[in-house]
Parts: sequence; structure tokens; C-alpha cells
Amino acid sequence: MIAIEAEGLKKRFGNVEALKGVSFKVKRGEIFGFLGPNGAGKTTTVRILTGIIKPDSGRARVNGYDVVEETLKAKESIGVLPEVSNAYPDLTAWQNIMLIASLYGMRKREAEERANELLKEFGIHERKDAKVRGFSKGMKQRLMLCMALISDPEILFLDEPTSGLDVQSARMIREKILEIAKERKTVFLTSHNMDEVNMLCDRVAIINKGKIVTTDTPERLKSKVGGSVAIEVSFGDKVELNMKNAERFGDKYVIYTTDPYKTICEVVDFARKNGVEIVSINTRTPTLEDAFLKLLEVER
Amino acid sequence: MKCLAIAKKDIIMYYLKGPVVIFGILLPLFLFLAFWIGRDLPLNFLIAGLLSMTVFFASTSVSPVIAPWEEQMRTLERLLACPVSTTTIVFGDVISSLIFGICMSFVPLLLAFCFGFVPDPVVIPAIILAAFCFSCLGLLFSAYPTNLPSTVMMISSLVRFPLIFISGIFIPVQELPSWGKAISMLSPLTYFTDIARASFGMSPFLFLYLDFIILAGFSIGFLASAIKLHKRALLNRI
Repeated sequence: MIAIEAEGLKKRFGNVEALKGVSFKVKRGEIFGFLGPNGAGKTTTVRILTGIIKPDSGRARVNGYDVVEETLKAKESIGVLPEVSNAYPDLTAWQNIMLIASLYGMRKREAEERANELLKEFGIHERKDAKVRGFSKGMKQRLMLCMALISDPEILFLDEPTSGLDVQSARMIREKILEIAKERKTVFLTSHNMDEVNMLCDRVAIINKGKIVTTDTPERLKSKVGGSVAIEVSFGDKVELNMKNAERFGDKYVIYTTDPYKTICEVVDFARKNGVEIVSINTRTPTLEDAFLKLLEVER
Repeated sequence: MKCLAIAKKDIIMYYLKGPVVIFGILLPLFLFLAFWIGRDLPLNFLIAGLLSMTVFFASTSVSPVIAPWEEQMRTLERLLACPVSTTTIVFGDVISSLIFGICMSFVPLLLAFCFGFVPDPVVIPAIILAAFCFSCLGLLFSAYPTNLPSTVMMISSLVRFPLIFISGIFIPVQELPSWGKAISMLSPLTYFTDIARASFGMSPFLFLYLDFIILAGFSIGFLASAIKLHKRALLNRI
């Protein structure tokens, strides 16, 4: 069963073509990661899917509703945590949540029960009557998530939910995302945090320059890096390592390989020939970040 | 019901602020005093004028800057992500402004009672209709997509202050030259001032039913334009 479906979405802002035909499908109950560099078209895609803006062409369906033709019905079935948004600072946490509940047409009693439950779960119940102006960033974000969840939506759109948060708040939000997925609800997650996406997502789409580069599971994406092992080596002096699949990161080189033994021997030979000391050498599997960077590099 | 939730939010966020309430009372009061002092004018004429100014300034004071404020505070996208239409958002903003305009009208009405004047009850529906009309006008000012409230305030002041002088508040429409009468007919404030004057026992310039019809016409026109313009402007704000 498909929860979110985008088909050839195009969007232009003046001379900038933000989306050049974005298509993907998200299954019900999936945590779907949406990755891309800044300006790639992530937020534009999310805004179209959440009915905030209309595409120039293409179509999108959310929970079976066309986001252009049946915008309000589509919106009723989703919860949204937009990237660039705030709760009302001069309203209390409670007033903010109840405002959203009213806009979703919830009955007062049902909304109050749900609001109490969520505020307790996110550890801000004691501050429910305090104005949001005095909240920390972590508290504000937890409140925003409560607001997104108040209608108990089938699909949740989270745009950078843990960006800039303290460890405790970020972990609380991640745990909640996993909990939501256990209830067979769909989460569409946009994030710059690769570890987070790797940890949470069932599938990931990478968007760059308004086009989907690839859509796959995090593990398959990692295997697309051109090798199953990454060798991380640091030399005593600054040297140019001219090896296939070698990339420089600060004082280290990372070499992606399918034959780690041979590659390590080559690195050691290189160090001997050039008279440089090997400070450290480690092997690790490629991360999602490696895959992400590699795929974007191929695109370039 | 959704527009009432938006109106409640607006009232708490933007209207129930000391400076807004004080400004809503003081501005028309100062204009009134500036006009009254040193002139021998009947008190009922002045109080009717004060009532018109108060309703006009109160109803157009905050509604123009709600959208730029929301954009600046980054609350607009959260609101637009909810299952509400632009029409509902505009209605919510109009309702909050209408309530504020009606509440502020109690000040000149109380002043009238203090001076022993009891206005005709026709003033009550007139206040409601006028506050609605001016609230819709206020919403029109914020259709210009800027996140700077000062820009919107400048646009709104450029329209509001000239309207005060052409609407028969300081000089009755009857006493204006024919070109002045023609200009005054373009202002919705003229018709409310006419009803206010009549409710305080002065002879109106037009039949009251005509004042009501024209005021209602202005309201529909302003509301329809505000909804149409905000549908485009709100998307340009995010």
C-alpha cells in the first residue's frame, strides 16, 4: 500500500528550476529518508507534498488524496513539522497545541486528552502553561512535534527534526519516530544527519539539483560506494596518495576497496617508497555519508 | 469554527498587548482633541466623529501587520501546513480585527454617556458592519508580500490618514464643495460617519439604509479582494 506518491513533480521559482521531475513512492509504515545538499529541492518537495505550495506540473498523492485537487483532505491526514517554523511565542504550549487541534477539527475533549498525553511523553507537561517565548530550542522542537502529532496522523512529515538540538531532545525525537513507525504509520524524514537517517530509515531517496539521484535502502546505498570496506589511513607528513578510490579528508585518506588486504599492502608500499610514517590505519565499512557524497560526486 | 480558532490566536498574539490597546484609544482621542480645542463645535458632532475614527483606526490597526509578523516569526508555514484554506485564515484575521474594533468603540460610547448623550440603537449594527468593512480593508494592506511590518504600516498610513480628512469627520459632507462631496463618496468611512452623526441626533447626508447598503457593498468588495490577493501573497511569503 502506497502512502506517498510523487510523479514528475516540477517547480520553478523565477529563473531557478527547483524540481525537475521528482518521482518516488513511499510505502505505508515506512520511515523514508529524504537526503540532499542545501538547495537540492528537499524543502520544495516537502512543501508540495504537504499542500503548502502547488507544483507547476506533475502530481502527488498523500494517503490517497491528490495534494492539489484535495488539499484539505490530504492535509487532514498528515502531521507536519516544517523546517523553518516556530510555535507562537506569546501563546502557551497548551494554547499552541489546542490551536492546531482546532485547525484539525478535533473535539475539545479528545484534543485535551491527546495534548496531555503528548506533553507528558515529551517532558514538557510541567511547562504547558508557560509562554513558548521562554522555551529552549529543544523544548520548542519537542512542542512542535507534539503539535504535529496532536491529530494522530497516518503520515508524518519531519523536515530536519533534530537539527541543532541537544543530545537529549534529539534522542527523544528519534525514539518517538521509531515508536510511530511501530504503529504502522509512515514517516517522511528530511535530515542532514546521516547517522540518524541510517539508524531510522527503511529506505532513502537522494535528491540533487532538483532530481532524484537514487532511492534504496541505506545498506544498499552503502554498497554502491564502489567497495565494501573503507580504509582510513593517516600519514606523518603531507603526501599525495594517488590510488584508485582514494579521497582526502583533513589529515586522512579514505580508500574504498573490495580487497582490503591488497589495498593495505599498497598503502604500506607507498609509505615505504616515499619515506613517510603511517600514523594510523583502520578499516571500516562505508557509511551512508560516504555513499551520499559518492553519489553526489558521480552526479557532478 | 477554524476561523474562530485563528481569531482567538490573533487576539492573544497581537491585540491583547498594552501598546496596541492604548494606541487604539489615544490616537483618535488626540485627533479629536486637536480638532476640538479652540473651536466651537457641538459635542454630539465631535463624539460621533470620535466614534468613527476609533472604529476605523482600531479595525485597521493590527490586521495589516498580522501576515508580515507571522512571516517574520516563522509561524506562517506552521499555519499553512494545517488543513485550513486561505479564506479561513483571512476570515480569522477579519474576525479578530472586528472584535477589537467593536470593543474599542465602547470608549467613545462611554464618553457619550458621560456627556449625557444616548445614541440611537442603529449605531450598534452600524459599528459591527463598519468594523467588519474596515477590518477587510486592513487585510488588503497586508496583501503586499513583505515581512517588514513597517512597510505595511507605511502603505496603510498613506491610505488611512487621507481617508480621515475626506470622510466628513472634521467637516460635515454637506458643507463640502461638490468635488469634495464626490471624493468623500469614495471612502467607506463617510457612510459610517453619516450613520454615527444620525445616531447622535444630527441630520444625515444620505438615507441611512443607503449608508448601510453602500457600507455592505464596500465590505464585500474588500473581503473578496483580500481573499484573492492573500491566496497569491501568502504563498510568496514562505
